[in-house]
Amino acid sequence: MSLTTAHSVVAPSANSKRIAGAIIIAYALISIVPLLWIFATSFKTPPDSIAYPPKIVFQPSIEGYCNLFTTRTRQTPEYINSLGPATGFCDETVRKRNMVIAGPSNFLPRFVNSLIIAFGSTFCAVFLGTLSAYGFSRFKVPLADDLLFFILSTRFMPPIAVAIPIYLMYRELGLSDTALGMILLYTAVNVSLAVWLLKGFIDEIPREYEEAAMIDGYTRLQAFWRTVLPQATTGIAATAIFCLIFAWNEYAFAALLTSGTAQTAPPFIPTIIGEGGQDWPAVAAGTTIFLVPILVFTILLRKQLLRGITFGAVRK
Amino acid sequence: MLNRTAENVARATPEPLARKVRGISDKGLAWLFISPTILLLLAINIFPLFWAIYLSFTNYRANRPNEVVKNLGFANYQRILGDQDIWIAMQTTAHFVFWTILLQTLIGFTLAWLIDRKFRGHAFWTTLILVPMMLSPAVVGNFWRFLYEPQIGLFSYVISFVSGIPPTNIQMLSNVSLAPWSIIIVDTWMWTPYVMLICLAGLRSIPEYIYEAAEVDRASNWRQFWSITLPMALPFIMLAVLFRGIENFKMFDMVNLLTGGGPGSTTEVASITLKRQAFESWRTGYSSAFAIILFVAVFGLANIYVKALNKVKQR
Repeated sequence: MSLTTAHSVVAPSANSKRIAGAIIIAYALISIVPLLWIFATSFKTPPDSIAYPPKIVFQPSIEGYCNLFTTRTRQTPEYINSLGPATGFCDETVRKRNMVIAGPSNFLPRFVNSLIIAFGSTFCAVFLGTLSAYGFSRFKVPLADDLLFFILSTRFMPPIAVAIPIYLMYRELGLSDTALGMILLYTAVNVSLAVWLLKGFIDEIPREYEEAAMIDGYTRLQAFWRTVLPQATTGIAATAIFCLIFAWNEYAFAALLTSGTAQTAPPFIPTIIGEGGQDWPAVAAGTTIFLVPILVFTILLRKQLLRGITFGAVRK
Repeated sequence: MLNRTAENVARATPEPLARKVRGISDKGLAWLFISPTILLLLAINIFPLFWAIYLSFTNYRANRPNEVVKNLGFANYQRILGDQDIWIAMQTTAHFVFWTILLQTLIGFTLAWLIDRKFRGHAFWTTLILVPMMLSPAVVGNFWRFLYEPQIGLFSYVISFVSGIPPTNIQMLSNVSLAPWSIIIVDTWMWTPYVMLICLAGLRSIPEYIYEAAEVDRASNWRQFWSITLPMALPFIMLAVLFRGIENFKMFDMVNLLTGGGPGSTTEVASITLKRQAFESWRTGYSSAFAIILFVAVFGLANIYVKALNKVKQR
């Protein structure tokens, strides 16, 4: 059992592997608890969510999700009895608390805003980024290093510092609280990541492919389109996911520059309140729905993660 | 046959001319490809930056756009450098940057070192550990407020269960001495995986034969760690510290949602002060000057650090 297949003298012993494994697994399990707690809380009733001691075993309920998607008003029992039969599960749950559903909440429009702004800015950033990355990778651009550093340096600025003049500029241009304004801003922030990552990916594609294509009579543009782009698909997809995650998660700009129509989910979720304080099951439900896409993307991306978080500085 | 002729033609013609014949010249194409990005950054990043520089010399207030704007010269800068509150905010920021980086580097490197033992199933557990860093600091940070609630919060409950302190006394967010730690804990929970991932790349970049040679020389494990593992992983550790340092210098999301700078101003980091000055007191000119100072500080520190990093790399 303990005689594992050690290939070299430096392979860690079976015992040290076992201890390392135990510590890592313990860390992973502890660090995942807050996320499991979010998920569990989203299926609790409001009284269960604030019980002491915190409830680990509870009767699951979708009240949190009902509260997330609706606004409710308190009514007298007589009024509620005078209404017809409940039209759905949410209706029924809400009536048990002497409330009636008054209408849809703002969560869905905010979530849709997040989708539009995240996908819109990702598309623009990856489009611009691919072109620039190809330009920097294949041509002798004067001052290339300075330009690349300039592109990256825009990432060093604290978002609040950038937000002050952007706020004024958008007010002048009528872009305040619009999806277009947010898409432009996120594109500008993401394009630096896109250029740096994609330049790394395109550098890895041998120039010989294009040169061969050009000898066959393709123009440079056709060669780019038919040989480089198909080769760079993985890199472009990974870059797109990184841009998407940034735009999806972004809070500071969204909180300062949007207030209503173009507000995204991150500044909205903390404002979900019920009667007498924060409605934690509803917040947890919103958080769960908001986080699931990122979980999926993280698993898809795990091989490219290192590259993405270091702007392509570390490749494996 | 046709291809051959094309090839010959291409070879015979001087290079620049040959390219031109095929359509746009390479130089033209390069600018065509790069300029949209540069233009966008000029419009959304550089133009506003210059605007901010201009505003920093004035008494402009964004909530009174019709008031006459007065030129103040360097008065705003002088006032900021003499402002006690600003210095306290900078100290608070430095305090956060120091502790988060120290904890994240120590824990992150240890985790990477353990994962590098390559135990069975390490890939799965590594991916699981990486999850927190991909999530939105704002949305997840907001939920930590619930975990920190005295009594009903899971975090307070577990701490009181372990330590025996009554759960109502664990006021993570409203106690002056605990509030900074409430933020450091969440930041460390979230970003340790980041440092870990970069350190892991560093450890994996060390070639096996160096260890084999050390083994032949009968160097102890301890000795191998200090004279091979650590020095060779150092550039990676420094890269992680650089990225985390810049990010945490700008820290806003988590602080804004967890404590909002409070209680009092115990957790008021630079970004929070900036937000209060710019978007609550509407001292636009004054806060622009502060923003410029912050930007110069990050830029300068990052530059010094990158130089040090390159020196380590060359060794």
